[in-house]
Amino acid sequence: MIKSELIAHIAQSNPHLYQRDVERIVNTIFDEISGALAQGNRVELRGFGAFSVKHRPARAGRNPRTGDAVSVESKSVPFFKAGKEMRERLNT
Amino acid sequence: MSKNTVTRAQLSEAVYKEVGLSRNESTQLVETVLEEVASCLARGENVKLSSFGSFLVRQKGGRMGRNPKTGEAVPIKPRRVLVFRPSNVLKDMVNNKS
Repeated sequence: MIKSELIAHIAQSNPHLYQRDVERIVNTIFDEISGALAQGNRVELRGFGAFSVKHRPARAGRNPRTGDAVSVESKSVPFFKAGKEMRERLNT
Repeated sequence: MSKNTVTRAQLSEAVYKEVGLSRNESTQLVETVLEEVASCLARGENVKLSSFGSFLVRQKGGRMGRNPKTGEAVPIKPRRVLVFRPSNVLKDMVNNKS
């Protein structure tokens, strides 16, 4: 399922809302999560999962093609851990 | 490290401010959106949200595991796990590149 399908599906089951409002709602939710992560905050959605930011220290990497040593700068990566209920739902 | 934890409450507040709906309905819609994504994943279907990331359902084979405390061998059944692959947009945002 892609975002447009998600929006269309929610719009269909909520006929009192305009599709463009559903679009704004969906975008607001995920923009809010992204924004929180950009500030280094954690997002915890019980039953669904938690988003957090993990820091990767700088390391010496290698160009896999040439074998040359290259330095890789430290960076942050977004991380998601599925909630307990979500994990259970995947396996029932 | 993180100063604040964002929960459903902040998400519904953002929806409330952005769209002209009541607080109650905003809260309900946040739940609807999350439930729609969750039920799709529970069916084994991947969910791709452009500029945010993809939630992918991966099938893991069974294997022999070990109880790290007792050293006992325990079988781990085949199972499905959820992985999130952040989009490049989100990765850049987290590194303050955009």
